[in-house]
Amino acid sequence: MSRIQSVFESLKQRGRKALIPFITAGDPNPNTTVPLMHAIAEMGADIIEVGVPFSDPMADGPTIQRSSERALKHGVTLHHVLDMVTEFRTKNSSTPIVLMGYGNPIEAMGWERFAKGCAHAGVDGVLTVDFPPEESHEAFSFLHRCDIDPIFLLAPTTSDARIEQVAKLARGYVYYVSLRGVTGAGNLDLAAIADKIPRIRQYINLPIGVGFGIRDVGTANAVSKLCDGVVIGSRIVQEIENSAEECVISNVSGLVKEFSLAIN
Amino acid sequence: MQLKLPHLSMRLKTVAYNYPDKTGHFGPYGGTYVAETLMGALDELRVAYENYSVDSEFQAELAYELKHYVGRPSPIYYARQWSKRLGGAQIYLKREDLNHTGAHKINNTVGQALLAKRMNKFRVIAETGAGQHGVATASVAARYGMECVVYMGTEDIKRQATNVYRMKLLGATVVPVSSGSKTLKDALNEAMRDWVTNIENTFYIIGTVAGPHPYPMMVRDFNSVVSKECITQMPEMIGRQPDMVIACVGGGSNAMGIFHSYIDAPGVQLVGVEAAGTGIEGNQHAAALTAGRPGVLHGNRTYLLQDKNGQIIETHSVSAGLDYPGVGPEHAWLKDSGRAQYVAIEDSEALQAFHDLCHHEGIIPALESSHALAYAAKIAPTMGQDKILLVNLSGRGDKDMATVARISNIEL
Ligand SMILES: Cc1ncc(COP(=O)(O)O)c(C=O)c1O
Repeated sequence: MSRIQSVFESLKQRGRKALIPFITAGDPNPNTTVPLMHAIAEMGADIIEVGVPFSDPMADGPTIQRSSERALKHGVTLHHVLDMVTEFRTKNSSTPIVLMGYGNPIEAMGWERFAKGCAHAGVDGVLTVDFPPEESHEAFSFLHRCDIDPIFLLAPTTSDARIEQVAKLARGYVYYVSLRGVTGAGNLDLAAIADKIPRIRQYINLPIGVGFGIRDVGTANAVSKLCDGVVIGSRIVQEIENSAEECVISNVSGLVKEFSLAIN
Repeated sequence: MQLKLPHLSMRLKTVAYNYPDKTGHFGPYGGTYVAETLMGALDELRVAYENYSVDSEFQAELAYELKHYVGRPSPIYYARQWSKRLGGAQIYLKREDLNHTGAHKINNTVGQALLAKRMNKFRVIAETGAGQHGVATASVAARYGMECVVYMGTEDIKRQATNVYRMKLLGATVVPVSSGSKTLKDALNEAMRDWVTNIENTFYIIGTVAGPHPYPMMVRDFNSVVSKECITQMPEMIGRQPDMVIACVGGGSNAMGIFHSYIDAPGVQLVGVEAAGTGIEGNQHAAALTAGRPGVLHGNRTYLLQDKNGQIIETHSVSAGLDYPGVGPEHAWLKDSGRAQYVAIEDSEALQAFHDLCHHEGIIPALESSHALAYAAKIAPTMGQDKILLVNLSGRGDKDMATVARISNIEL
């Protein structure tokens, strides 16, 4: 059983929902990332999404854009991100790590090399924002071969036919985007989520995480009742941005703990 | 003596250049590399465009607008003096600079705005570099009573101040973009973000043959009116088609426009001219096809200027409209298949051609178009006087007065 699968199974048995925080690798600096991952895992992160910085993060709002820019200023590359996961795995062999980012840095490394690198480092899933199922078959066959779960986004505008298509490729969990917009926007619609999740379940027999725009514990709590996990991205990254570098780990851990309590 | 081929256009119908395929691929290039949040809107657009591109009422309205609002057909002009001075091939200019709003960009914006109207989207957004596409979009938005928001990098706002003011006069909101390199690519990112947020009521009018399917195809189709005209105008004017067609390449829309009908024409060489900035060997240029590698950006697979880790590199060109790290996927395919050749022209060469055209022909060209002119000036003397070059004069240079004056150390 994959790490992602076993986390969801175990949470389910305990009647709990997964908390999935997002941080950008190398933000605010490369040395903070691994300790930060350990700290949030300890405070209740069930899965960690690690953003791979990219120069043109088209689907992200200003908060995550700036975090990508901070990481790139430190010269963080996909190689570094894999090294960070390798280092994390020396002390943590249970918390699933999902890399989230855009396709071009992976293209530059080569998909086969990337997939093998992920397996070697201990990455569990990969979400490539700008690779929808139509364009993913070849690339993701390398992930499948290395037992890396391809994580796909579903949107309020995703048709049933497309959900079916995603069902054929997705593994681990699917990520439902809870609003029309970019990451960090504030127009989340609970009723729409409640409406869409059962429709997704008709086609996809995987856990459903919901994210984009979950900014406070109240919303996280409400959303968690509708799905299997909540993803907290911009709110966490904002905390990193607003904290003095030496306080990042304690501030972000505190925030993760609040969210963890709120959803369970 | 060479046989004249006045019926070339008839022969074209039997030859099949038929790209992209149904999923928007030009060979390995193109496609739909966007987040799931945009897939619904792209599907809707693709279906609408498929319907209206064969709808006679739509086509009739488009033709009417192109004639009466844009001022088409644009003439072809024989640059006699300049050709004579260069002492080789004869140079003909397709006068897209004479279009309403001063560039080829309006061919596309009229088409997309008419489509938006039929899709009941009354808010249009656009990205712009030089400001020409922004002005063209603001104009059609005013004409069709639509709200218009234009995204523009703060770097470009500085060097194209006049166009910013023009857009505002036309009623558009210009949103400065200060992320990344603060130029065209970042404006495109920001426009995409707006689109994904306002999908319900908003139509994104992309200004070049880039972006996800169906944009590269659609923008090409709307601009291909240029080569459709050329292919009848040239035989009328000189009894035959040109030996070489030359156009500058930023994203590649004016080039695809003048190439498209010629792709199946045997013996017509197609040359795209990229911006070599201060030199192709350095990193101050924007020549994606000449110096880049294939990758994925802005919804499609194409040649990109990127570092070894796949991060997109900041580009440089004296002309804002060419200052883009990618290129339309169809050009990537035309390059690999060998049907078109791509060369690069430096800032200084483009400026020389700019001044030469002013002096010898009384035409002030856009700095973008000046790259195509500079290549013509380079190649013409190496060819016989019986050879014919057709250059797309994609826009006029009024917008570039401040830039050229500054480079010449003149205060306006
Ligand atoms: C006059 C002119 N020519 C060319 C371009 C470059 O765009 P494209 O390569 O899409 O024709 C621009 C872009 O702003 C332009 O204004």
